[in-house]
Amino acid sequence: MPVKHQEPFEVQIPECEGDILQIHDLHFAYPDGHIALRGVNLSICAGEKVALVGPNGAGKSTLMLHLNGILGEQSPVSIAGLSIDSNNLPLIRALVGLVFQNPDDQLFSPTVFDDVAFGPLHMGLPEEEIHQRVKKALAAVQMDGFDDRLSHHLSMGQKKRIAIATVLAMQPQILILDEPSAGLDPRSRRSLINFLRDLPITMLVSTHDIFMVKDLFPRMVIMDEGKIVADGATLDLLEDEVLLETHGLEVP
Amino acid sequence: MHVHVFDQYHYSQSRIHNLDPRVKVLVTVTFILSNAILPDGAWPAFALAWLLLLFANDQSNLGLEFTFKRSFVALPFALVAVSAIFSPLGEPLVEWNQGFITLIPTDFGLIRFLSILVRSWLSVQMAILMVATTQFPDLIHAFEHLKVPRILTTVIAFLYRYLFVLTDEGFRLLRARDARSAGLPGTKSGGSIQWRARTTGSMVGQLFLRSYERSDRIYQAMISRGYTGHIRTLNPHQMDQKDWRMLGFSLIIVILIQLVGWIR
Repeated sequence: MPVKHQEPFEVQIPECEGDILQIHDLHFAYPDGHIALRGVNLSICAGEKVALVGPNGAGKSTLMLHLNGILGEQSPVSIAGLSIDSNNLPLIRALVGLVFQNPDDQLFSPTVFDDVAFGPLHMGLPEEEIHQRVKKALAAVQMDGFDDRLSHHLSMGQKKRIAIATVLAMQPQILILDEPSAGLDPRSRRSLINFLRDLPITMLVSTHDIFMVKDLFPRMVIMDEGKIVADGATLDLLEDEVLLETHGLEVP
Repeated sequence: MHVHVFDQYHYSQSRIHNLDPRVKVLVTVTFILSNAILPDGAWPAFALAWLLLLFANDQSNLGLEFTFKRSFVALPFALVAVSAIFSPLGEPLVEWNQGFITLIPTDFGLIRFLSILVRSWLSVQMAILMVATTQFPDLIHAFEHLKVPRILTTVIAFLYRYLFVLTDEGFRLLRARDARSAGLPGTKSGGSIQWRARTTGSMVGQLFLRSYERSDRIYQAMISRGYTGHIRTLNPHQMDQKDWRMLGFSLIIVILIQLVGWIR
């Protein structure tokens, strides 16, 4: 009496013509009336690594939650040409790998293996493929052999790596990271930066770590009060001390 | 920083661990039902049920006394049945005069009380064994395959998941309180009962708000990775020969228990 859990669905990635991520005039207000986004426009081309900076409360996290349809059921966001609606949602969640700021929110399963397998398992992939993907994802974050460990016994740096592995296993087209270097010691931070540099995936990374931005991201987007106030080459924007100080950022 | 006070799964390899979770759920439920409908004072039948339980304990590699040691959690609930001792249906045994109350235990009542005690004690042990040998996702899965409504299984799964979140958050709050509960040498720290009650009250409120928000974030992390309301597991759920054999064997024993209980 074999039990079919769900028909596996084919993940067919549409040809990306130019921009993998497009946002046109995105507005959002929380149910309590707090306005978080006031007209955001952003496009990211496949292969780009973009930093998203800005003070606390600028709307960075809210924007990120829109990118795979957790907030805003029908928003003017399109991923690889797919608009976000209830039909496309499963595919979009496979395309967009969203890593939350606190790995304790992201790692909710009993073991590391279960957590990394969660995404592929819920995509309906066959068992062998799931095992392969978990292995590959753990190898990619240099955490091979941690399968049977309990997530909550790991250090912060290790947890962050596992959290990234949980979405890498879904083989996303774009990686969205919320403050990946926060709370890491210098060595873990350095190895995270090297790891992100070598990762051949489009990424949008929200951070307060201006030095990491300078090191890693050719393009930088500054957000403040729910709007994008600057978008350009990192080296140019970092020259503009007045701009950085108006929006509460460090001058490196 | 998690607590595992509720995670009663005991990792091991055994015939019971390897059984299909459906078999374990079915046998446990039938066993509990069988205990419930046995007549009062059917001691040979209770003994047979106990033997089945011992056999299951033995097969699980957890040790014969495994469930016995854990069975006392149910005792407080069995105490509710104490009033059965004073059932007016039987012959009075003694008469206790406590001022204006007269208590008369009867033989019928005493037998009824002991039977309830034994029934609950046996049933709880089987349930403990089931939980100790089945991983939680598998248990949920078994319920789903046994056609328990989805809404119930999902509620159970989330209850279990967020129990950990809640206790974690609680321990963090307690630790933060302890860290600030300073006292001068020779004086008692803390204030009046009223003050303590107020502090506890706001801690409970905080606990609710924090775990509410945290559970929201965990849920977001789950749907980000494709969660659609089904708990899934990689364990294949396939009834094979050993599952059918164990199911058949257990059901036969349960029928035997019933026969022994009713035929005197």
